[in-house]
Amino acid sequence: MHGICKRFGATVALDNVNLDFERGEVHALVGENGSGKSTLMRVLSGAIKADAGTITFDGQPYSPHNPMDARRMGIAMIYQELALCPHLSTAENVLLGMELHSFGVIDRTTSRQRTEEALKLLGITNLNVDVPVSTLPIATRQLVEIARAVALDSKVVVLDEPTSSLTQADVEKLFEVVQILRDKGAAIVYISHFLDEIKRICDRMTVLRDGVNVGAAKVADVDTDTIVSMMVGRKIDTIYPRSERHPGEVLLEVKGLHGKKKPEDASLELRRGEVLGIAGLNGSGRTELMRCIFGLDSVKSGKIKIGTYEGTAKPAKRWNEGVGMLSEDRKLEGLALTMTIADNMTMTKLKPIISNVQQGEDAKQWIAKTGVKCRSPLQAVGELSGGNQQKVAIARLLYHDVDVLLLDEPTRGIDVGSKETIYALIDQLALQGKAVLMISSYLPELLGTCDRIAVMHKGNLGQTRLVAETDAEAIIREAAGA
Amino acid sequence: MKNILKNSSLTNLLGLVIAWCFIFAFFWWKAPPNFHSLDNFQTMARQVMPIVGIATLGMTCIIICGGIDLSVGSVVAFVTVVIARLLLQFHVSPWVALLGGVVGGGLWGFVNGFIITRLKVVPFIVTLGTYLFVRGAAKGLANSRTIDSPSSWLNDLTSQPKGNHAWYAFWNLFPTGVWVTIVGAVLVAWMLKRTRFGRHIVAVGSNEQAARLCGVPVERVKLAVYVLAGLFMGLAGLMQYSRLTLGDPTAADGLELKVIAAVVIGGASLNGGQGSILGSLLGAWIMTTISTGCSQMGLDNWVEQMITGAIIVMAVAVDKLRLRRE
Repeated sequence: MHGICKRFGATVALDNVNLDFERGEVHALVGENGSGKSTLMRVLSGAIKADAGTITFDGQPYSPHNPMDARRMGIAMIYQELALCPHLSTAENVLLGMELHSFGVIDRTTSRQRTEEALKLLGITNLNVDVPVSTLPIATRQLVEIARAVALDSKVVVLDEPTSSLTQADVEKLFEVVQILRDKGAAIVYISHFLDEIKRICDRMTVLRDGVNVGAAKVADVDTDTIVSMMVGRKIDTIYPRSERHPGEVLLEVKGLHGKKKPEDASLELRRGEVLGIAGLNGSGRTELMRCIFGLDSVKSGKIKIGTYEGTAKPAKRWNEGVGMLSEDRKLEGLALTMTIADNMTMTKLKPIISNVQQGEDAKQWIAKTGVKCRSPLQAVGELSGGNQQKVAIARLLYHDVDVLLLDEPTRGIDVGSKETIYALIDQLALQGKAVLMISSYLPELLGTCDRIAVMHKGNLGQTRLVAETDAEAIIREAAGA
Repeated sequence: MKNILKNSSLTNLLGLVIAWCFIFAFFWWKAPPNFHSLDNFQTMARQVMPIVGIATLGMTCIIICGGIDLSVGSVVAFVTVVIARLLLQFHVSPWVALLGGVVGGGLWGFVNGFIITRLKVVPFIVTLGTYLFVRGAAKGLANSRTIDSPSSWLNDLTSQPKGNHAWYAFWNLFPTGVWVTIVGAVLVAWMLKRTRFGRHIVAVGSNEQAARLCGVPVERVKLAVYVLAGLFMGLAGLMQYSRLTLGDPTAADGLELKVIAAVVIGGASLNGGQGSILGSLLGAWIMTTISTGCSQMGLDNWVEQMITGAIIVMAVAVDKLRLRRE
């Protein structure tokens, strides 16, 4: 891959990236969330088109039109979220899109044989290929996906965070399979946050940071500290305003919180006038912690205390108690895109009979204060840019005048200008004596805006530390469990 | 002007009006000369407003909220039977019969809403079930016959008022049923736009998860929408009774599809969050214009059915094209 560039609106996701993968190697691709790994792999697999750059595959220029094209040419992607049809059998899944048939009638015997051969190559012999894959455990389903790559005779296999939902024993099994594939002469691209795994099974590695290739090396030649510093490798600049803050009394107290899904054990104290950051990998349970506090996920045990109110509650009650939450997913959960800006901002505090004049005035006020660029408060939120949508979502919390703000990835996928506005807002809120709990995958942002940071690792929330007493490398190490 | 064009709900209504004008002009040209007369307008209003129109009010709320109701026709038939039996066997006053009918509709709405929100079965399946169940119940209640009932003022709700008092001239333009529809439409449109409940309905249909995040009591809103719609179905049943002047368990067959078609032509999205009362009524009005025009041209019923079918698909396709352009 040579000189790959990709922009999304104002964001540069990939900037002139060069990369090469060789036959018979396991190549690690590392970088923080948002460093461009996934985008790069989506270019490789034909899911998106690069703006510039060329890819050469087996000596031939290669430009897939779509994922199926890429699969046919021998490039297979195995994503974090499994891409299997749960109602179809193993054999049907493995041969999906390239069924063996004559005049549309599937040749079941040959299909079964092909599937069993592929599985055998991976050292799996005792699997009934006729049962629906939904009856199989997660780890086996992943092997089925890899078998799909084998059946296609793929020359490049990309594994995107393959171990994030596996147990230790399953991870060992996966590693064996990866080694078998490598010995067969495939090039394997291994994306993972867990550095110990990379040390174990990868031969070479490439580090991406902010869409730039910052170096490649033989894994055997570098130690964990070097990898981490390559991943971080930047100084925290001045776009993060942080005034002198004086934390007051405790507003939110969480003790030994155990959610039905996640987290397993989380305790924290959030004070008036401070910003507390939660770092951690995707899927470590950060979002679920927030949802448990806000009453969107159910809680198994543990204590939640907000001001003088104790116990769990539904979102409606939380709003009344002065708690507001910003969802990490604007489109799915944050905003009602077909509704107007005014409706979205005032949704939590509507009067039984709405005065459109009053509602419009309120919305205008907060549009001005948060700098939303729009034609009028009656414009549909879906027509705005990502950054402006996010400002609307945050303005909802401000309009409601909450004391505790739960912000899940407040700056995900928005332009730099909007980010700065949001950082400034968070700082102002802390100065006004609000309490802010903030999740972010972008470490510089956490280090720049928060007073204290805690790290979530596999459902457990670590100790809270003052920002001055920690740094990016320590956080990455704690998040990766190294 | 540009701003008006960018406002998608306004362009949608404008598009419907223009479409209606074309259809109307076509029939003016082709159909008998009295097609554009006041009389004919009154006939069309009497045909569409009381039954389809009132049911449309309820259906629009349900569809905006992201649901669907296939049991409309059955509920309407059930209500005609209830009213007829109340009048015939219990000799109640027309007011009580009216109330009984409307409450009966509301009850089935409650059943739909309760199963949808508590047992978490999707609305399509639940109302497909009640579509059969309620039709059966209506037949059982009527012993599979029509029920003749003593005549009362309920019979006059949908017929053209007579009398030439100048004072009443305006009132006498339309029968009571049409006025009830118009008043109901204004109220529901106002409710959807200007009350918390109405905005919650739109929010649940637009993005249920976001509504939940905002503390909207999602389940309660859905249940209330089905009950409200049920009450309108009850009212539509009353109008159906008034037109038939008897209770008929086989009445209003296929009404639900007409009503859904009107709502969809009117610009509502079956994914929820979009739609308007005025749009839905215009949709119903367009369909009536076509059927009246076709019959006055002496065309067979099959022509009208094919045209209506094509119009439904075209209306939604054009809407999609328009949105894609934006």
